[in-house]
Amino acid sequence: MMAEAVPALVAEGITSGYGEVPVVQDVSIHVGQDEIVTIIGPNGAGKSTVLKALFGFLPLWQGHVSLAGDDVTGLAPELLVCRGIAFVPQTENIFPRLTIRENLTMGGITRTDGVEERISWVFELFPVLAERPRERAGRLSGGQRQTLAIARALMLEPRVLLLDEPSASLSPKMVETVLANVVEINRRGTAVLMVEQRARQALAISDRGYVLANGRNRLEGPASELLASDEVRRLYLGE
Amino acid sequence: MARAASDSLTDSGTWTGRLRVGRIQQQIGTWTLWLLIASFIAWAAVTQTPQFVVGLIVGSIYALSAVGLTLIYGVARVSHFAHGDSMMMAAYLAFFAVTGAVVGSRSGDVEFPLHVSALPGAMEPIWRFSFGYGLIIAIVIGAALAVPILLAIDRVVYQPLHRRGAGTAILAVASLGVARIMRRIMLFIWGADNRRYTAGIRQTVDLPGLPPIVADQFFIVLAAFLLTVVTFFQLYYTRLGTAMRATADNPALARASGIDVAATRRWTWIIGGALTAVAGCLLALQSQLSPELGFVLLLPIFAAAILGGIGSPHGAFIGGLIVGVVGEVAVGVGVISPGYKLAVVFVVLVAVILLRPQGLFGVRE
Repeated sequence: MMAEAVPALVAEGITSGYGEVPVVQDVSIHVGQDEIVTIIGPNGAGKSTVLKALFGFLPLWQGHVSLAGDDVTGLAPELLVCRGIAFVPQTENIFPRLTIRENLTMGGITRTDGVEERISWVFELFPVLAERPRERAGRLSGGQRQTLAIARALMLEPRVLLLDEPSASLSPKMVETVLANVVEINRRGTAVLMVEQRARQALAISDRGYVLANGRNRLEGPASELLASDEVRRLYLGE
Repeated sequence: MARAASDSLTDSGTWTGRLRVGRIQQQIGTWTLWLLIASFIAWAAVTQTPQFVVGLIVGSIYALSAVGLTLIYGVARVSHFAHGDSMMMAAYLAFFAVTGAVVGSRSGDVEFPLHVSALPGAMEPIWRFSFGYGLIIAIVIGAALAVPILLAIDRVVYQPLHRRGAGTAILAVASLGVARIMRRIMLFIWGADNRRYTAGIRQTVDLPGLPPIVADQFFIVLAAFLLTVVTFFQLYYTRLGTAMRATADNPALARASGIDVAATRRWTWIIGGALTAVAGCLLALQSQLSPELGFVLLLPIFAAAILGGIGSPHGAFIGGLIVGVVGEVAVGVGVISPGYKLAVVFVVLVAVILLRPQGLFGVRE
């Protein structure tokens, strides 16, 4: 019998919030090494809070986080990023006054070598960025910004990529492009945990999904089963 | 129903139309502004040459200091109202390095035996300058002493306030407090009398088509421009410089990218502090040393940084030159007396930010 692969990311019973108010309580999430996992749920369910707590932007009041079997509970973002986890915030996810190339260089600032090779890799994955590497990032369109934000996060070759609503405020066509990029990134070996409002489209490209409600785990399972679930369709997919 | 739909379409059309018109107006405002600035500079350079030259000299000092101020504001997020006093503190430290003189609570100076002017030939004037190599060493010593003091102030005052979530206003008031303490210490150590680095004669240099220029002022302008060029190279062509700009742009994302924000902040204080320190020494060379001068300087330097677009290093530099030239030319034209120099600078500042609220090179939030 083969030993089961160590999950890329495990969060067990995490509780976190702002100030003294808990927003998520006792939430557990597992992301397998080659998986795309999506968290869905109504507004205010605490989806983004989970990502921020996992990435050290919010304090973990309870629970444990491990990356590929290593305990990383309570580490600050700047340390977590070196351990193989990357985070793309929903907004303000680029350096607007820096050029595209500088944004990527900053994404790979902790690399000791191979920065140029990685930039070439990113440009090959996202040719739109290679067209004008000296363009100021603040001048890019919404879709291009999102692409650059994801590209920046990939500079350190993360094991797990956390995406906070990558499709927010994008046109339907750009949403398709961004989600197709997510699939391609995953195909190249990065596990993805994303939070999405466009639940149907996100689940369609995901292996598994979690439903959060009122800051707690409500449902979880293979994405196809969640898409087919009456409760999910009624409550979260608006059918 | 159809009418409602058409109304909403009209509304939306009007709204986007207004947005477009707003953008065009903004562009016109920006171009008008640049045209006015270019015309003013051309007019001042041709008809008010002596004042224009003096303005550039004074402006180069403002510019150097404003670059330091804008870096500290951008990266460390401190509206550093102790900036002018930091300049004077560095200038006094350089003065101490040259002469070893302090006054303390006694009447008359007490001289420490160890000082730069005791070095052989240190005060022999170079070329037509009023000073020798000793002053250059003293400026380096002044900056080397001022930077750790500024780092310590950041650690003891500003960082703890940041950690406790203090906003811009609280940090600004705290820096005003720091400014006052610095001034009192300077008064205590060096007294209230104005001082000079050297008693040497100030020789002038004649250049064709220009009024006689004091030789020391060549040194001032050269040092200010050279340091600014080095700083810009550091900011735009090194990883640390890019990390500084990235941290200024988006501190949370800088952390998420693995940038050591605390180290970047320290380097900003080191680089910004060194620029401030040298600017203070150059100013003292241009005019004199006085504990009260720092606070007087604060306003034109802030004006320069805001005019250029706070957080923008090249904006601060250009802003510094404009503030220097506007002040001198306004007096030169004879419309106002020198006491109102700063008032004219602020009228110009208000006019500029009315046309372009983010300043000349600033990015709209």
